[in-house]
Amino acid sequence: MKKDIILAGVGGQGILSIAAVIGHAAIKENLYIKQAEVHGMSQRGGDVQSNLRLSSEPIASDLIARGCADVIISLEPMEALRYLPFLAPDGWIVTNTTPFVNIPNYPDQEAVIGELKSRKNVILLDVDATAKAAGNPRGSNIALLGACSGILGIEPDKLEAGIRELFARKGETIVEANLAAFRAGQAAANC
Amino acid sequence: MKKKQLLLGDEAIALGAINAGIVGAYAYPGTPSTEITEYIQNSPEAKANNVFCKWCANEKTAMETALGVSYVGRRAIVCMKHVGMNVAADGFVNGAMAGPNGGVIVVVADDPSMHSSQGEQDTRFYAKFAFTPLLEPSNQQEAYDMMAYGFELSEKYRIPVLMRVTTRMAHSRAVVEYDDTIQPRKPLSYPEPSNTWILLPVNARQAYPILLDKYAKLEQLSEETDHNVYYDGPDHSMGIIASGIAYNYLRENVGDDCPWPILKITQYPLPKARIRALATECKKIMVMEEGQPFIEEQVAGILDSGCEIVGRLTGDLPRVGELNPDSVRAALKLAPRLVNAPSQNVVPRPPAFCQGCGHRDLFAALNEAMERWDNHRVFSDVGCYTLGYLPPFKSICSCVDMGSAITLAKGAADAGYYPAIGVIGDSTFAHSGITGLLDVANCNSNVVIIISDNEATGMTGGQEAAGTGKIDQICVAVGIDPAHVRVVVPLPKNMELIRQMIDEEIAYQGPSVIISRRECMQTAKRHAAQRKAATESQK
Repeated sequence: MKKDIILAGVGGQGILSIAAVIGHAAIKENLYIKQAEVHGMSQRGGDVQSNLRLSSEPIASDLIARGCADVIISLEPMEALRYLPFLAPDGWIVTNTTPFVNIPNYPDQEAVIGELKSRKNVILLDVDATAKAAGNPRGSNIALLGACSGILGIEPDKLEAGIRELFARKGETIVEANLAAFRAGQAAANC
Repeated sequence: MKKKQLLLGDEAIALGAINAGIVGAYAYPGTPSTEITEYIQNSPEAKANNVFCKWCANEKTAMETALGVSYVGRRAIVCMKHVGMNVAADGFVNGAMAGPNGGVIVVVADDPSMHSSQGEQDTRFYAKFAFTPLLEPSNQQEAYDMMAYGFELSEKYRIPVLMRVTTRMAHSRAVVEYDDTIQPRKPLSYPEPSNTWILLPVNARQAYPILLDKYAKLEQLSEETDHNVYYDGPDHSMGIIASGIAYNYLRENVGDDCPWPILKITQYPLPKARIRALATECKKIMVMEEGQPFIEEQVAGILDSGCEIVGRLTGDLPRVGELNPDSVRAALKLAPRLVNAPSQNVVPRPPAFCQGCGHRDLFAALNEAMERWDNHRVFSDVGCYTLGYLPPFKSICSCVDMGSAITLAKGAADAGYYPAIGVIGDSTFAHSGITGLLDVANCNSNVVIIISDNEATGMTGGQEAAGTGKIDQICVAVGIDPAHVRVVVPLPKNMELIRQMIDEEIAYQGPSVIISRRECMQTAKRHAAQRKAATESQK
């Protein structure tokens, strides 16, 4: 088993929580993990990404090579496109459709969504709306994780256990809210 | 008991240091090194073991404090980003001459590609310059394991040990296996004679040959240690020397069965004999290293044969920026992978000030105040407020090194420039600005220094800043007239007030300080959440 995942978004959107949940689940599955993160300057509203690598064999590089990512998971549509050169020919894109516009020259939003739609393996979902409908407006990131649970190669119940582990210290209400967001994302992606 | 944990490279280093029985971790925040100290600050084990880990004013005070711990026989680490080493260098270089007692490891995180830095200087040069050993782990497990090893090395050879990591090691997670026992602290001790700690010329002349002798022994150790490993391969048309994170990119491309022989370097000084042996075996040497061509340049001097050397200097690997699996693949001339073209619907998304940040209000007012001055320039410094260079503010013209806003403004004023203005953050001021302000006060320089005080070290994540709560007193204490140490709250409603204050202090012919003070939005949010949690737990 090998899954190279690029997590993308804008500083502050919560991609590292997605990575942490997958990380917890991968440890339970006895997989090797490497996860490169971005800290520092770009966290101030800039583009951020994390390279998350899972494998049943030892992993050498902390970074994913171009053309090798199995999945791009993005909390922002333009940020999903930024990493296209890293995507494997048969790789998947799972992205939020709600743009995060904090720059004056944000490209034409229809063109961004159009380009995403033109790709063969893509799941497009307004996870902000999904999370809100599930009663957890701050759970967009976990809803997005739910949306890609079918293609990560990790059993959804392991991911749910990861959510419980990550949010346990914040109390049962927060755990349940995130599980609700996760399941809503999962359901929305499957319909 | 053996345990496993998913840790950042920085965290693996921290855990290794805690378990090696350190007394203290001394550091100033700097990406990508910050998480080492933060891990120790949040570690229950470190707390139970009374590990001192409060942030230092700067890297120099950190370095010297660690030497103090060492001089009485105990262990300490010092952590910083690469440019911090320039600040710590006096203590580090002369500390190597003097020789420690308890073990000292100086961990420096380099930032090639300058993700969060003003340069990509390579710390390995400092080890060679100061005649110290240097450890460069390739992965998180090595980083953990090398802390205990590094302390033993430091104590055995009585030399500070440098550990160098780079961004992709510091900020990458992997599972680390460790033993959760903490080594007992060494008893307090003070060796006699300790005249190498008194580097008067008469003693220093004795200390220097001792240092060189240690270095010769360390060179021999590099030949013998298991940390430098040779892996043979069938194809001797090329031999590869790889270090640090570059070794990972090599393995990513060639797997376990590399056709070419590999010499992995993890411990410096370089093992000259082993490099010569590789060159005898191979027609060509390729050097893969993260950062500057430190090994590559030395290999040319080590080899007396006509062996061809390729790497960053020859353009086989990029001369600047960090390496990655793709640049290493290209250097090895392996078949390129099928790669999607970049999207045309993507634009850069540069970092920006947080919404509601006090720096925003300060720069808005400063821009208004500066409008009436033709072709004006405002000197600034290293921190979140450097983003004031970007649109829409475009307020500043410099960010060179920590504390320089004050002294650049003074130099410009000395040269006849008016109005000479420097904008500096509170943490940067405490780090290296105070001495510059003393110069300003002593010379009665005609400058306006604006301290944009957010009561935190913002850019690195809102750590405590050394000057919080005493910035005004410090300015007065160094000799600035209290009438010209003025405080204002940067809020949109105070725009006119700030603008007027800047006008008045520009008009005043002498040194003045305006402290624009409002808490960092990030720490304010965090503190509010902590207060809420505290109130709820009381209920």
